[in-house]
Amino acid sequence: MPWSAEELAILGLSLRVAAWATLVSVLLAVPVALLLARGRFWGRSLVNALVHLPLVLPPVVTGYLLLYLFGRRGPIGAWLADTLGLVFAFRWTGAALAAAVMGFPLVVRAIRLGIEQVDHRLEETAATLGAGPLRVLLTVTVPLALPGIIAGTILGFAKALGEFGATITFVANIPGETQTIALAIYTYTQAPGGDAGALRLVALSVAVSLLALLASEALARRAAPERP
Amino acid sequence: MLQVQVTHRVGALALDLDLTTGAGLTAVIGPSGAGKTTLLRLIAGLVRPDRGRIASDQVVFVDTARRAWVPPHRRGVGYVAQDARLFPHLSVRNNLRYARWCAGVAPGGADDWDEIVHLLDLRSLLTRSHTGLSGGEVQRVALGRALLGRPRLLLLDEPLAAVDIGRRTEILPYLDRLREQRRLPMLYVTHAPAEIAGRADRVIHLQDGRAALTSDSGGNLAEVRNAEI
Repeated sequence: MPWSAEELAILGLSLRVAAWATLVSVLLAVPVALLLARGRFWGRSLVNALVHLPLVLPPVVTGYLLLYLFGRRGPIGAWLADTLGLVFAFRWTGAALAAAVMGFPLVVRAIRLGIEQVDHRLEETAATLGAGPLRVLLTVTVPLALPGIIAGTILGFAKALGEFGATITFVANIPGETQTIALAIYTYTQAPGGDAGALRLVALSVAVSLLALLASEALARRAAPERP
Repeated sequence: MLQVQVTHRVGALALDLDLTTGAGLTAVIGPSGAGKTTLLRLIAGLVRPDRGRIASDQVVFVDTARRAWVPPHRRGVGYVAQDARLFPHLSVRNNLRYARWCAGVAPGGADDWDEIVHLLDLRSLLTRSHTGLSGGEVQRVALGRALLGRPRLLLLDEPLAAVDIGRRTEILPYLDRLREQRRLPMLYVTHAPAEIAGRADRVIHLQDGRAALTSDSGGNLAEVRNAEI
């Protein structure tokens, strides 16, 4: 089934949105997961609950909250547009933000589990050898938590590629700008005679997901540290 | 010279120590639960004492009265645990390099790498992953790693406990070499005093969280050379 340039453009947009969403959420999830796994501070369970909120809220609610906060006139959106020129509303960047927020709890959970698996005594050993906290983090904690970080990255990417509810609420369904593969399939199914087009995109989606899964399996196998 | 004056509670154990040690090998003996490992963790800075002061030569590691605290990575105290704790994501060579890197020696820089590798017979192990090593080999690597961290004081927490009885005699000569060639102050925790018979310059006997007198000197510490224990 050869796909048209238009269909491949939809795929390209989806991959771009998912890649940025994954990058941003993994980079933010590592410190948050560290805080939740190792931190002992007042309000820890509140932070934990906030992180998990997008998992339990209806996606439409999350999308609406994003629209309210990050819209052109929203308290955060207006400020970002004025100071950094960064606009989210009805742009692909907004689709990436929605996908990142929706995937964030999954990413944090996986990375947190990975960090909790790390033997704290190895970190202590590194400290007695003269490694300061940052060096311990980068050379012992993160490498040993790598299987969890990879798992989180895969989950985040999968979630971002399939995100629908929050995305369509926040940035609508604009072809060429915010219409990812999930939204495009939805559009086809709403139009008379769109079945064939929907099916082609579904096949493309399955093929891409399968490839991504195989690649991530291979990656995880290579990164897993040898355990005695 | 290492001075420890601390009171510290962990679980049912109430440590109340006042002891001073000098150069050479100091054996720390006593039954399990007497606080031997806690003593080493306090010295290494892995635990903060409830109250008290620990100082090595002129450097105050911790003094709760003055709110002084030196974190473990700035103490220069090497620590070898009974389970060795080699980094599982690094080869033997990289475990050793890690310590050298932490000690601030540039790769290829001049240090005592060759001397330590020779002293502990590590050359044939360098390319191995830690999974294939025997208990004795693992301990030799852990010892070498601790030495490459350039400690001013070395803490050994039952380093032979995980080694087969028959293999222990393979390690002890290395400890003798260390003591003779490197003049590094060592605290050696064990509950098998036979291991260090004839090797210890002095013996601290811990019982129920207190350092007990084992011989004729006036304090908590017996200043006996080559004590027969």
